[in-house]
Amino acid sequence: MTVKTWLEMAIQDAERRGLPELKPLLEGLAKATSALRTAEWNADATGDPIFEFRIPDRESR
Amino acid sequence: MAAEAQTIAELSRALKARDTTAEVVLERCLQRITERNGTLNAFITVFEHEARAQAREADREIAAGKYRGPLHGVPISIKDLFDVRGSATTAASRVRQDHVADADAPSIAALRQAGAVFIGKTNLHEFAFGTTNEDSAYGPARHPLDPNRSPGGSSGGSAASVADGMCYASMGTDTGGSIRIPSAACGLVGLKPTIGELSTEGVVPLSTTLDHIGPLCRSVEDAAILYDVLRGGSARPPGKPIDLRALKLAIPRDYFLSVLDPQVASAFDSACARLRDAGATLDDVAIPHAGDVAAIYLHIVLTEAAAYHAKTLERRSEDYTPNVRIRLEMGRYVLGEDYARALRGRELIRREVDAALDGVDGLFLPALAIPAPKIGVPIVRVGATEEPVRNVMLRCTQAFNVSGHPAITLPCGSTTEGLTTEGLPLGAQIIGIYQDTAGLLQVARAVESVVAARAENYLGPGRSR
Repeated sequence: MTVKTWLEMAIQDAERRGLPELKPLLEGLAKATSALRTAEWNADATGDPIFEFRIPDRESR
Repeated sequence: MAAEAQTIAELSRALKARDTTAEVVLERCLQRITERNGTLNAFITVFEHEARAQAREADREIAAGKYRGPLHGVPISIKDLFDVRGSATTAASRVRQDHVADADAPSIAALRQAGAVFIGKTNLHEFAFGTTNEDSAYGPARHPLDPNRSPGGSSGGSAASVADGMCYASMGTDTGGSIRIPSAACGLVGLKPTIGELSTEGVVPLSTTLDHIGPLCRSVEDAAILYDVLRGGSARPPGKPIDLRALKLAIPRDYFLSVLDPQVASAFDSACARLRDAGATLDDVAIPHAGDVAAIYLHIVLTEAAAYHAKTLERRSEDYTPNVRIRLEMGRYVLGEDYARALRGRELIRREVDAALDGVDGLFLPALAIPAPKIGVPIVRVGATEEPVRNVMLRCTQAFNVSGHPAITLPCGSTTEGLTTEGLPLGAQIIGIYQDTAGLLQVARAVESVVAARAENYLGPGRSR
């Protein structure tokens, strides 16, 4: 499910349950979820190289 | 004079030497509660009768030569999230007003065994789900130095009780910063040990994989005393502080110092300068994905809190405060795949914090990006931008709940008194090596000797403003 579809369904459900005040919170959560899903460290089932953890070098200090 | 002791370490010496008695000390604290709790709303329950019995027993034992250690006879408050046998654990919620604990939480049992005097249960943000203490079935706790401001949260009543001289320490919980945020806001020392190190059994959960317990107190030495007892050992005298000239600290500047109130930034810079002047080495370090922490944290805490509350939300939603209820409801919409992503991100953050600590004694950063906020104000100006109070209050702390590393906050200020121009305390934070809380305490003692101004922050009897 895309974040957009999820958000639409979540808002619809919240309104059905009499919780319209959830809408702005769900919109904020959708932004955080989008950030989470697009993070470079997510796994990929195709076998593409996934993000490799980097040890910060001394020069970065 | 023993009655003026400010720390547990000082008080315990006086009690052991019988220069004062537990009963005398307790009566001063109870008097302070009588005078000030109406304003600060720090306590939900005061154990007047039980505390007097405990203090009498402590005095009897000490007089008989049965001294249990540095907590013997010391008045301590407890966040109303911990089970204390025979009393309600309300979590500051109407949902739990009929609850009565039938046993002590293991942490409370350890303190009881050490002879601590339990003076009462303190106010908090309902179910620990907030940073300001405003949403409580018992009304907001208030800051000892300015009752129009929040003492921070969620352990706000705990911080207010210690900072105002109603007791000598408090037990708190920390899921995203709930020990360190109020400690910083109120000028105290607050310790969050490594995740899983201290049992959370008998403590109402917020997020079962992020929850920590620990003390709020007035010095690093006191934090070490409490930590030792909570670890299950008899309290030992704190070791010798490490040499400041050998101290190496790293500052994770990019994310954690990018949104700071100017007075916090100035105080932190001043603390760094004082440490360098004392011979310590401070360099910048990167935590490359620190900017992802808020999203990772949110998906974990919302999901785990919703799992705990879902059944009660269905039956008694009206018994929650509106803000906490709606945020718990939000958690019921998080998808499983996103929770799993957050857990993967969590492991990454843990490894990046480990890497940042490689070759240094600790990370050094502010504990709280703003001074104590005004009650009822949801947005705060931070430099040139406006930020939601909740987000900005969590910004410096939640990463180390996600990573699980031990963390401690201690007062630090740019002025001699360590206060802002509004007279409010500020806090610095040190992050320690994973599973080396004792090492963190040693580092903190060294840093405290240079940057802290605890004596000026503490109010106590006769010092009210």
